[in-house]
Amino acid sequence: MTAGIDEKTWAELEEIAARYPQKRSGLLPMLHLVQAVEGRVTPEGIEACADILGISAAEVSGVATFYTMYKRKPVGDYHVGVCTNTLCAVMGGDLIFERLKEHLDVGNDETTSDGRVSLEHVECNAACDYAPVMMVNWEFMDNMTPDSAVRLVDDLRSGKEVHSTRGPRLCTWREAERVLAGFDDGLADEGPAAGPASLVGLDIARERGWRAPSGSASGSTGGVARTKEGAAEQADTSRAETETKQEEGK
Amino acid sequence: MADTLTPVLTDNWGDERSWTLQAYEGRGGYGALEKALGMAPDAVIEQVKDSGLRGRGGAGFPTGMKWGFIPQDNPNPKYLVVNADESEPGTCKDIPLMMANPHVLVEGVAISSYAIRANTAFIYIRGEVLHVIRRVQRAVKEAYLAGHLGKNIHGSGFDLDVVVHAGAGAYICGEETALLEGLEGRRGQPRLRPPFPAVAGLYASPTVINNVESIASVPAIVEHGADWFASMGTEKSKGHGIFSLSGHVQNPGQFEAPLGITLRELIDLAGGMREGHRLKFWTPGGSSTPLLTEEHLDVPLDFEGVGEAGSMLGTRALQIFDETTCVVRAVLRWTEFYKHESCGKCTPCREGTWWLVQTLAKLELGQGSESDLDLLLDQCDNILGRSFCALADGATSPISSSIQYFREEYLAHLTHGGCPFDPAASTVFATAGASA
Repeated sequence: MTAGIDEKTWAELEEIAARYPQKRSGLLPMLHLVQAVEGRVTPEGIEACADILGISAAEVSGVATFYTMYKRKPVGDYHVGVCTNTLCAVMGGDLIFERLKEHLDVGNDETTSDGRVSLEHVECNAACDYAPVMMVNWEFMDNMTPDSAVRLVDDLRSGKEVHSTRGPRLCTWREAERVLAGFDDGLADEGPAAGPASLVGLDIARERGWRAPSGSASGSTGGVARTKEGAAEQADTSRAETETKQEEGK
Repeated sequence: MADTLTPVLTDNWGDERSWTLQAYEGRGGYGALEKALGMAPDAVIEQVKDSGLRGRGGAGFPTGMKWGFIPQDNPNPKYLVVNADESEPGTCKDIPLMMANPHVLVEGVAISSYAIRANTAFIYIRGEVLHVIRRVQRAVKEAYLAGHLGKNIHGSGFDLDVVVHAGAGAYICGEETALLEGLEGRRGQPRLRPPFPAVAGLYASPTVINNVESIASVPAIVEHGADWFASMGTEKSKGHGIFSLSGHVQNPGQFEAPLGITLRELIDLAGGMREGHRLKFWTPGGSSTPLLTEEHLDVPLDFEGVGEAGSMLGTRALQIFDETTCVVRAVLRWTEFYKHESCGKCTPCREGTWWLVQTLAKLELGQGSESDLDLLLDQCDNILGRSFCALADGATSPISSSIQYFREEYLAHLTHGGCPFDPAASTVFATAGASA
């Protein structure tokens, strides 16, 4: 057994590997668990994963360095992401990120001196209808402004309870990593089903009495391709098309 | 003629505790699974083929046909993998779907696995959406306890195990073969095809990989029939789809409509453009689909219509930008994204996206020359179609389309000695009526 990883964690790492038909499939969640326990991907954590999976530490490191959620230096209790992909950037994400760097006196991927908050600019987090979007420990903070962003990080630093705008009360980064490793924290029922933007279309449909056809509706699919070549022609990527034709031609 | 909006997958999003098994079953949930288990697996595949359902993850390949490619005489186990790695910039439909209605996905997984004769299925969710992962984990657990998953489902003799797998931050894992690498515990780098996943996918076994919305569409098709699904949409693009409007409209959000709705209709439903501004450019299906402009407001948003307009329907991720937005800034930012997310496997993508950023960044600062536009197009030409996967192809789309429609704006950066736009004017907290 590797120093630094206790028996309980070791057993949980083995438990993750056992969820899969082939244990190496467990590596991504196993590294999440390493982060939950160690606060980052440590050499000890890498060795433990390698031992359990029967692969080399170099192979584990190769994976750990590929994915952006794995951290090799500690992040804050609250890891704050600001989306600066095009849409959020244009809608205000760039200004929010600048303001937070100044307010927290940290650069990208750095942690405040009290260890409470780390800051990172993130790519599109699939919440564009709530732009500008921030994430705290991978929970949604929707429709942010520079001012609300400053209030948010101040609250996080002062230890105030903060809730995601459409999710539960925020847990720490390590607790979040444990959920990503597949261990239930009992918070699934907190928060709403959907935020307001998710319901815009549904609300209009209700108001106007629009609904999907009744079960007896009928239509024809005569236009949709029924052969592989036809489907490839119709599919949206020229790549899929080339590939299917290649396969046909072999 | 179907109504303008046709909520199916989104229909229960406003319900109290809609994500729970109790709420889902209260609406008749898992009835389609019961029905499917009474059919022959091939009959389920036929029904999905007959519905005309085409993949909702971007490419639009017929879902039933994909299932039909699984060689049933192959002795290896068959696998179903759900691609829930929603990361394409602008795309934000699967995340709210799994948050509010995870059981429709789980039911779809059970039916689809039965159809392709898989006894193990995986839901690969990007890691950066914690609460969505909680909800799907919970739904899977509830489904096991209720006998909708596990051994001898509904007494049919069919067994299915479902594993919820959290990713760890990599756009490329939305590419199906890179996703399989990630699911096998490796760096997420795409594989060369052939062999295709249907023949040699996960653990070199026959594997179907489908988008969340595709799989979630299956229960209603089984419940109401192929004809019902085909009664919505256009000639070659059938059924309902979630359209995601974001950016400079009054009320951004999700709109579930038959394929073929137009952006003009959708902007109208979203309350119009933000006050005092007009549409400048938009993406029909995420940043990898070529930009369109005001002249394309009436293009039917189906696979064929958008294709004819020179772009792609993609994921129906409609990012709307008004005249305060600098197209060069927008395109540079997307290009930086592709450079960052290139997995590094193929040289044209790894090196090419780096060069695109250099050239564009110089232009944005007003430091290049007009010939740099030709250089950019030449770089795109050397990248497009020369890599294992479509990431690099996507990287060229915003560049070539923006030069096509907004060459003058690129040149204005040169004559102005930098960006002529005020970035504050495009923000959501800009004072009303602010202009560039």
